[in-house]
Amino acid sequence: MLTLNHYLVVGAVLFAIGAIGVLTRRNAIVIFMCVELMLNAVNLTFVALSRYLGNIDGQIFVFFVMTVAACEAAVGLALMIAFYNNRESIDVEDMKLMKW
Amino acid sequence: MFDNIWLIPLFPLIGFLINGLGGKAIKEEKLIGGIGSLAVLGSFAVSCETLFGLLSLPAGERVHNVTLFTWIKAGTFQADVAFLIDPLSCVMLMVVTGVGFLIHLYSIGYMHGEEGFYRFFSYLNLFTFSMLLLVMGNNLLLMFVGWEGVGLCSYLLIGYYFHKKSACDAGKKAFVMNRVGDFGFLLGIFTLYWYLGQNHGIWTIRFTDLASHAELLPVGGVVTLITLFFFLGATGKSAQIPLYTWLPDAMEGPTPVSALIHAATMVTAGVYMIARMNFLFIRAPETMLVVALVGGATALFAATIGTAQNDIKRVLAYSTVSQLGYMFLAMGVGAFSAGIFHLMTHAFFKACLFLGSGAVIHSMHYALHHAHSEDDPQDMRNMGGLKEQMPKTYWTFLVATIAIAGIPPFAGFFSKDEILWQAFSNPLHGKLNWLLWGCGAAAALLTAFYMFRLVFMTFHGQCRITPKAREHLHESPMVIVLPLIVLAFLSAVGGFFGMPKLFGVANMFEGFLAPVFNLSEEQMKAGHEIVQHSHQLEWGMMGMSIGIAAIGIVIAFIMYIKDTTLPGRFTTAFPVLHRLVYNKWYVDEIYDFLIVNPCKAFSRFLWKGFDVVVVDGLVNALATLVMGASRQLKNIQTGYVHNYALSMAIGVVVIVACYMFR
Repeated sequence: MLTLNHYLVVGAVLFAIGAIGVLTRRNAIVIFMCVELMLNAVNLTFVALSRYLGNIDGQIFVFFVMTVAACEAAVGLALMIAFYNNRESIDVEDMKLMKW
Repeated sequence: MFDNIWLIPLFPLIGFLINGLGGKAIKEEKLIGGIGSLAVLGSFAVSCETLFGLLSLPAGERVHNVTLFTWIKAGTFQADVAFLIDPLSCVMLMVVTGVGFLIHLYSIGYMHGEEGFYRFFSYLNLFTFSMLLLVMGNNLLLMFVGWEGVGLCSYLLIGYYFHKKSACDAGKKAFVMNRVGDFGFLLGIFTLYWYLGQNHGIWTIRFTDLASHAELLPVGGVVTLITLFFFLGATGKSAQIPLYTWLPDAMEGPTPVSALIHAATMVTAGVYMIARMNFLFIRAPETMLVVALVGGATALFAATIGTAQNDIKRVLAYSTVSQLGYMFLAMGVGAFSAGIFHLMTHAFFKACLFLGSGAVIHSMHYALHHAHSEDDPQDMRNMGGLKEQMPKTYWTFLVATIAIAGIPPFAGFFSKDEILWQAFSNPLHGKLNWLLWGCGAAAALLTAFYMFRLVFMTFHGQCRITPKAREHLHESPMVIVLPLIVLAFLSAVGGFFGMPKLFGVANMFEGFLAPVFNLSEEQMKAGHEIVQHSHQLEWGMMGMSIGIAAIGIVIAFIMYIKDTTLPGRFTTAFPVLHRLVYNKWYVDEIYDFLIVNPCKAFSRFLWKGFDVVVVDGLVNALATLVMGASRQLKNIQTGYVHNYALSMAIGVVVIVACYMFR
């Protein structure tokens, strides 16, 4: 029998994997994918709790998150293409112009 | 009656505005000078009307307050723009506008071709306006406005040749020294206003109200303090010891300015102020003594300096200081009308002398310039024998010189003799009367001496400039000579207004001023034992003062006409004395040492020591701290996205941790 805790643990593990990915990977695409992973981890938690509490609000919120994630994907990929056109690279180590 | 009073100060104000704002565009000298002179002539006409208006009234009704509008009203304090018309202000009006007009007229000729001609006339009109405010104001505050206004114009006109450093310095010196006096004047106003209001509920600064409540004030005590404050103001404006050193330096200004401001009108403001406040001064016997002593000392002290100066204008400047000393001596012995009488006659003859010296300087300057000589046109050692080239100037100058020396029946004799007699016979100062009279008499001797020395060195003897330059010497044009003649005429006959009672006629001048002064005079007589002096004594004293003047003239004649080697031998015989007098007793140097230099040193310390080190240091230290801190902090902005993401993650963890474990 799957309880709420199972869902929450999976969500937390996914979120942690995503966060570690964001902090450690250098490839911008991978970081981007890790962000998506974190978002979806949160979505999973939302849905599980919504179901558990019998409240539809959490599921509505997930739609918003998915919409934002889609927009983010569009803008983010466009940024990355623009960056690649300039630098021949999508390594975040190369994106360090904004410093003293 | 007196509905037109407001026109008197208005004319010069309009003249000032036209010339000041539009003078540069007008350019035409005759027009500018005409506007300036006509403005003052208009004031003179209205002043004459006022004088005749006053004369047509009985003596008891000759004090009028004419209010134009309320200027400041705050609680119990009220200051009006209002004029006081009484015999005293009327005499001053006549002197200021009459002599002022003549000097304006003279300036058209004297300032011809000067750069900034319009500037000169606009300042001159502004000065006349301020002086009229000072004289006519019916309250202390309005008087103070005029007082400051004339000080400003004095500064502007002394520094008229602003490209000359000495002129700028002289202007600053005059202004700063006047500020010291003004400070005293202000304190006097405050103390008087506060004392009367606080203790008697009479909050007023109007002269007539103050005079009618004067009996509420104690004799001595706080009144002594108030009057001493006022007297400090007077010493600044009227160049008395200890604040007199600015006046000789003020000769850097154009000569008409010296005549108008630094001889005839502005410097007499202090005398006028004391006369105006006579009801106050008479209640402060100690102040009266101080005034008399300072006046007598200044008269004598300045006269000694005048004997050894070679610059023609400087001699006249010290003479002015000395004559002002006489006026203060008169004030201090309670002879208010005699002092004002001397003020008037002095305005006539000293304006004539200054304008005459201006004509001489003008001619000398022209001659030396055309002969390409570098000699100083104001130095009497370069002059001599000018009588032949400038006969009109010479004769008018001579008349004024006789007047100032005190030879009857010229104007100076009557006023000066009256002062000397009052100094001798007044009931206020007891035994000190001898000292006061002695100062005055010695100063009279020196005055006769240095004035005739000046005449002899300038107009008599051999001409000491090159023959080439001598050909260019010339008599001045009519516009310059005419004021000289009028003033010489007034110097000759001006004394008849105030003939002493001894001559068997009523003293018209004293009678006219009586409504202003008689209360004080009564009080003076009431408070002291009256010593009746015989007529023989009075005649004797008069004879003595004529004799003293004659001795001075004879000494000058012997030294500068008969035996011209005498002055040289005298200086070699008494080198120390000569050097002391020639260098003006080193008073300027002493002031520099005692006050100016310590002041400068202290200011320098505040600048280099306090401002630069402490104030700037504090600000700079703060700035350095901020810069250092940001230099350290900037290192955290690495530009790596990872670092930012990590700090964000840590932040989130910390916040959540706080939330969970609080």
